[in-house]
Amino acid sequence: MSDRISVAKTYKLYIGGKFPRSESGRVYPVNDTKGKFLANAAHASRKDVRDAVVAARKAFGGWSAATAYNRGQVLYRVAEMLEGRREQFVSEVAASEGVAAKKAQSLVDTAIDRWVWYAGWTDKIATVLGAANPVAGPYFSFTVPEPTGVVGVLAPQQSSLLGLVSVLAPVLATGSTAVVVSSADRPLPAITLSEVLATSDLPGGVANILTGRASELGSWLASHGDVNALDPTGAEPSARAGLAREAANTVKRVLTVPDAEPDWTDTPDISRLRRYLEAKTVWHPLGV
Amino acid sequence: MGIFEYAPAPESRDIANLKPNYRPFLGGEFVDGNGEPLKTINPATEEVLAEVGTASVSDVDVAVKAARKAYNNVWSKMPGSERAKYLFRIARLIQERSRELAVLESLDNGKPIKESRDSDVPTAAAHFFYHAGWADKLDYAGLGPNPRPLGVAGQIIPWNFPLLMLAWKIAPALATGNTVVLKPAETTPLTALVFAEICQQAELPPGVVNILPGAGDIGQSIVEHGDVDKIAFTGSTDVGKLIQRQVAGTAKKLTLELGGKAANVVFDDAPLDQAVEGIVNGIFFNQGHVCCAGSRLLVQESVAEEVMEKLKYRVSTLRLGDPLDKNTDIGAINSAEQLSKIKGLVESGDTEGAHRWTSPCPVPERGFFFAPTVFSDVQQSMRIAREEIFGPVLSVLTFRTPDEAVTKANNTPYGLSAGIWTEKGSRILWMANQLRAGVVWANTFNRFDPAAPFGGYQESGFGREGGRTGLEAYLNV
Repeated sequence: MSDRISVAKTYKLYIGGKFPRSESGRVYPVNDTKGKFLANAAHASRKDVRDAVVAARKAFGGWSAATAYNRGQVLYRVAEMLEGRREQFVSEVAASEGVAAKKAQSLVDTAIDRWVWYAGWTDKIATVLGAANPVAGPYFSFTVPEPTGVVGVLAPQQSSLLGLVSVLAPVLATGSTAVVVSSADRPLPAITLSEVLATSDLPGGVANILTGRASELGSWLASHGDVNALDPTGAEPSARAGLAREAANTVKRVLTVPDAEPDWTDTPDISRLRRYLEAKTVWHPLGV
Repeated sequence: MGIFEYAPAPESRDIANLKPNYRPFLGGEFVDGNGEPLKTINPATEEVLAEVGTASVSDVDVAVKAARKAYNNVWSKMPGSERAKYLFRIARLIQERSRELAVLESLDNGKPIKESRDSDVPTAAAHFFYHAGWADKLDYAGLGPNPRPLGVAGQIIPWNFPLLMLAWKIAPALATGNTVVLKPAETTPLTALVFAEICQQAELPPGVVNILPGAGDIGQSIVEHGDVDKIAFTGSTDVGKLIQRQVAGTAKKLTLELGGKAANVVFDDAPLDQAVEGIVNGIFFNQGHVCCAGSRLLVQESVAEEVMEKLKYRVSTLRLGDPLDKNTDIGAINSAEQLSKIKGLVESGDTEGAHRWTSPCPVPERGFFFAPTVFSDVQQSMRIAREEIFGPVLSVLTFRTPDEAVTKANNTPYGLSAGIWTEKGSRILWMANQLRAGVVWANTFNRFDPAAPFGGYQESGFGREGGRTGLEAYLNV
């Protein structure tokens, strides 16, 4: 240990590709699982949610129109950069989740591998879920899955990186854009992920990450008229019915999630991808 | 009589085998419901067709218990290949009784016999045939390993396509191994109860299908019932939101097929005569009582006058009147309530400054009829451009560039369907890509097939009906 005084970092939000402070000016202390102070994080407000939704909507046109191959390349590049920050993630996950270094290492590795798994889905999911429809008439009819739009994500409260990646990557892989509220008490890996995303090729606004309380911000996401889908994973189970009721006012797609946080190390399936896709059926007559 | 005038060619109403009384179908039997009986009327004449027993809230509970028992003891245990055979039987019986069903549907709903005969009933049979084949092939649906049924499905359907909507709901539910409690619309319960007879004829195990006529309170108690695993609803966006709120926080799986305000986009290079046929079909099919109706016509400015002229001529040749007459193009509005809703929205078009044109066709004195109406000079802010009219009323707007067409077409909280008319293939595919709608018809409109998924974006609902995609609504995957 040297006597050097370390450079303390000011943590901020990630909105529209930039790192603003919360417009509310609020911060909150982040501690490790033993109660030792780690940092102050920005405490996002309703206005920050609205700014993030505006950014996500603005980014949706470009991201959803990008070729699936291009989206795959961009997401794979993110995985490369996650790998480059591996040690930082390991120490943040260990401090945030109170797990041993070896366990933290394994969680970070799984998170990186998960990101790669979803990156590879971008140009395959339409083949798997789309269809040529054999209709009873002289028509060519096909069905393609298209991204739902802006997705509000309340990230898991426990699993600070693997859980976050497991809920964010499928949104981005479909071509949707995201407004994420990180784990309230374990936000540091989410902040570092923001820095990775900001310096990757992901266009600004495609993923927006807010640190703060899902209990406070969830309702603003659920009731926002320009949010198309909601993942309530990070909400208290007792709060989810209320969020779903608010989401009903604009017929949002609301994910059904288990009461207890799932084991994110389980092998994923395509159900999350499916929830952020809309089937579009196109018809044209056949003739000469 | 000129050479192109028509002589009446009515289908005989006797074919409908109309009975004075109909009763709810519960646990495989027709039973006396504990609700207040309703009288269903012929909207074309306002005469009472029959008295229909309705369910009470307690009947809903009995029906759900019957459906649960049938699910646990019979239907969920039956091999898919055996379930399939019941669905095939039902499909055949619908075909065999198709003329009876078509006439009954036209009597109860008011739709022209040529539509119930050539569209509603054959497509209903096709849905059972299509889904019958899936029952033993669900492992190949690509939705995940070991697809399992959900249990008891509560289904609530609208009055615009009574038998067809029943088929869209019941066929996939049964094919995937679920049992059903279905509520037909209050104004159109009759074909659903003949379908119940068909279930008996097919010897479908008791309780697999239960049909409970009734009003909104019965729908609500189905939605709220604790032992229902899935809710499927087709109807208005307002009621859809209500149901979504009621289901919030429960384990029930929900699919919604709600309203629409489809843009039908005509470019200057479109084959205009063909496009006019498509525009007419898009908005006047089934009196415009179609959630995916092409109710907003977007015409490129350079051809707007020509299209309007051709359109008015074509619309003025549509024959409005007796739904049972095989020459009738436009039948009766389904209810007095719907007629007054249409009139109210049309009045708002007048007061907001749109220019109204109404077909000079004769309108019968009795019954609920509304002559085909076209509004021009419509602005996007007007109610007739934003709200679903669900009647034979078309709003015409213009555009100059493809980008403007896309912006205007997507300027709606709905997203059910859209139409494109152009000869340019690359533009069709670009437009199809840009339009935020679940079904896009290019150089055609209002095509439906059990193999083609149907459903909406945004506030037009979620989930799909038809195709491989539609199976997901009834499976635990």
